Amino acid sequence: MTDKFDVAIIGGGVVGCAIARALSRFQLDVVVLERDVDVARGTSGKNSGVAHTGINVPTGSLKAKLNVHGAAMFESLCRELDVPYKQVGKLIVALDESQVPDLESMQARGLANGVPVLDIIDADEIKRLEPNITGYAAVHAPTAAITCPYSLTIALAESAAENGVEVMLESPVTAISGEPGDFTLTTPKGAINAALIINSAGLASGEVARMAGVERWRIFPCRGEYVILDKSVGDMITRMVYPVPPKGGAGLGIHITPTVDGNILLGPSTDYIEDPEDVDTTVDVRKQLLKEASEFLPTINPRDVITAYSGVRPKLTSASEGGFGDFVIEEVPERPGIMHLVGIESPGLTAAPAIAEMVAGWVTDKLSPAVRPDFKEGAHTAKRFREQSREVQTSLVDNDPDYGRVICRCELVTRREILSAIENRLGARSINSIKYRSRSMMGRCQGGFCGPRIVDLLIEEGVPFDELNLKGDGSWMFFDTSKGLREGHDSRTGEAVIER
Amino acid sequence: MIKMRSADVAVIGGGPAGMAAAAAAKEAGAGSVILIERDEELGGVLNQCIHDGFGTKVFKEALTGPEYAAIYADKVRDAEVETRLEATVLELTEDRVLTVLSEEGMETIEAGAVVLAMGCRERPRGAIGIPGSRPAGVYTAGAVQNYMNLRNLAVGRRVVILGSGDIGLIMARRLTLEGAEVACVAEILPYPSGLARNVVQCLEDFNIPLFLNTTVAEIHGAKRVEGVTLASVSGMDVIPGTERFVPCDTLMLSVGLIPENELSRQANVSIDRVTAGPVVDDAFQTSNPGVFACGNVLQVHDIVDYATMEAEIAGRSAAAYVADGTLPEAEIQIKVGDGLRYVLPSHVSGLDAVNFTMRVTKPDQNRAIVFSSGGKVLRRLKQQALSPASMARVRLGKARFSDTREILVEVGD
Repeated sequence: MTDKFDVAIIGGGVVGCAIARALSRFQLDVVVLERDVDVARGTSGKNSGVAHTGINVPTGSLKAKLNVHGAAMFESLCRELDVPYKQVGKLIVALDESQVPDLESMQARGLANGVPVLDIIDADEIKRLEPNITGYAAVHAPTAAITCPYSLTIALAESAAENGVEVMLESPVTAISGEPGDFTLTTPKGAINAALIINSAGLASGEVARMAGVERWRIFPCRGEYVILDKSVGDMITRMVYPVPPKGGAGLGIHITPTVDGNILLGPSTDYIEDPEDVDTTVDVRKQLLKEASEFLPTINPRDVITAYSGVRPKLTSASEGGFGDFVIEEVPERPGIMHLVGIESPGLTAAPAIAEMVAGWVTDKLSPAVRPDFKEGAHTAKRFREQSREVQTSLVDNDPDYGRVICRCELVTRREILSAIENRLGARSINSIKYRSRSMMGRCQGGFCGPRIVDLLIEEGVPFDELNLKGDGSWMFFDTSKGLREGHDSRTGEAVIER
Repeated sequence: MIKMRSADVAVIGGGPAGMAAAAAAKEAGAGSVILIERDEELGGVLNQCIHDGFGTKVFKEALTGPEYAAIYADKVRDAEVETRLEATVLELTEDRVLTVLSEEGMETIEAGAVVLAMGCRERPRGAIGIPGSRPAGVYTAGAVQNYMNLRNLAVGRRVVILGSGDIGLIMARRLTLEGAEVACVAEILPYPSGLARNVVQCLEDFNIPLFLNTTVAEIHGAKRVEGVTLASVSGMDVIPGTERFVPCDTLMLSVGLIPENELSRQANVSIDRVTAGPVVDDAFQTSNPGVFACGNVLQVHDIVDYATMEAEIAGRSAAAYVADGTLPEAEIQIKVGDGLRYVLPSHVSGLDAVNFTMRVTKPDQNRAIVFSSGGKVLRRLKQQALSPASMARVRLGKARFSDTREILVEVGD
């Protein structure tokens, strides 16, 4: 591995990975430095998975420009990388007449921002489109789409890696020194030398900027909790259903979002927190989500909740300030050579392809690289069996028996897909890395059935049982062999019990 | 290429219920019986239940899970049931066409009758909404049992158990025997969810405390579980001020089982809201004629013997359906009265004696289970102790069904 790169990208979220992939089209040595055990483990993996149209952002802002541009690029990017994308449309629903002016101003703003189609519909039309939804009137945005945010991030990273980008996991940057053309980034895995740096560290972007001597940004972590409903009730809605956003609030309000996999998400809440890594879920918010979502969708039953999770927004405005904070994407003149991306919260996922194009332009202007002649565009992973027609499934298994062995029954994931996930290009081997690549363990039994079988496959593929972890160092799955626990030594190796 | 074939009876699931149903169907004269199992061997969850206590009703002796399973695997083989292992049913249509995936490829099977025996799954953490962080070290009891007994892998050293279901109790003992420390069992209800014999043999005999009216209010630890906050509850709500921290590296959940009826729904089988299993008559036929259900896919059983007994009836009924093209109408309605959560079957033909199974809503003593019709008592069975953890089982002879359209079952005096 070279430790001298043209570009070091700090942060393996959707933005960092999109930039990495955009740069992998050129003959450049690029490294992505991700502090976690895998890409997409921060905000990018834990959001609503929506490709927004651009209704919710002020006209003329950078957010508006990159949102609308990103939305236009989104579908073809997903197709290229074999990532789910469904243009299901969105309703922003007013519960009574008093909210109608809000609908009208959102429609006007959206059209001014360049959203292609936006209509205001009445209660009858709401019932016709979404029979289970209750509302007085709504903005209908038919071009709004859903995707799988972690699948997209992983696919971008793996495609970049396929095209020569080095993705270093568990490599937090702890110090930055040097100058353009010769920066040094300190990581636990050694020093990295790079000509240019891209700070796409999300929640840590303010901190990374400070390492580089830029003190001007402070990130206010704002947690959003979600609950996920079982697929068996996934057909209660076909479109996204949003409330009129709360005035001066930190988010878009608690919305009801179908996922590309057929579940329904309720959330997110908006709670400013101190610790950006605090992704706890709480009883109170779970109740709040179910209550608020039920105002629009009365058929929601708490029994259908299969799990809950939290994501954290990297906000540039505090709880007391509230209001709008635009994306910051800038190279600070007194500390050149580093592009800082700060406050990339919603609609960051939608904007990611456009941000990548913009930042890649900054790099190519500086380094004038040649185009990589052998750039490989598509995905290189196993087909998602559950999404194929019966005919395609049949031919897959006829050609490869590993498609004939179902490992995860709830989500219909085959042995081939698990093996493909284990063999991923990034070398991520945590249980969650397998989960996010294959969707196994994400269904209604949450890994109760397939977990042990996936553990078997990981061990077969050479991961020692005592190194198996859920999400990186310290998150051990097993303390010992059963016999070792009893006898004080590991019965497989005869060695002393592992100290943990 | 999708292969196509047919079978007289197709049984989905090769656990105790499926094995018994398949063997019984063949013995009852069905020409071809196919048993489809997703795992590498027959037996289902019995294979990981290495403790004893299985077979006390059927064989009058206490067998281990694998021993009990082996008896029925032999019956399946001796009856010349066609067994398909490592095969998954992807789809079941209303008119009994199965789509089966295995390494040999995709296959459709047109079945004369279908027996649903898919069993149940454990309720995971998310479904009960335990707040807090999401570290490694939160396992369901069945997963711990699988890792420990089939894979020689120990999930932790100091364990708190939430829920007093039978698997949790069995694993409390098992973990203790293997050298782990079980700090306590917390149960949100005012009474244990598992059988009384398991509370005694698995907790009391090992001095493991059982805290009733108690739940896990929060999970702690970013990477691996570092402890849990236990709290007393009133109903389902935490009583403020009762929270206490218990250090542990593992939280094991034994908080209920959910019948796996995804295929049943595809086949347009009516599902009972209380049991979460199909609505059946005394032939174990569902609302879709020719489709039968037995075992834990029908109702979560306390002991395997009863699952076997009902599966044998379901298997014989499936064979009879194939032979006759129909089964007698079951027009006598069974109504669930006071003190009971449910009664199975929900309607009966009255042509044979019926073993009714039911669960009570709360623990009780010196009461009776009373069957009546139009105010006339058909049977009163004294019960010294009633517990929601045990399935009550009451036989009603054929003679009792004469001249009746509706039978009320309730807990009475």
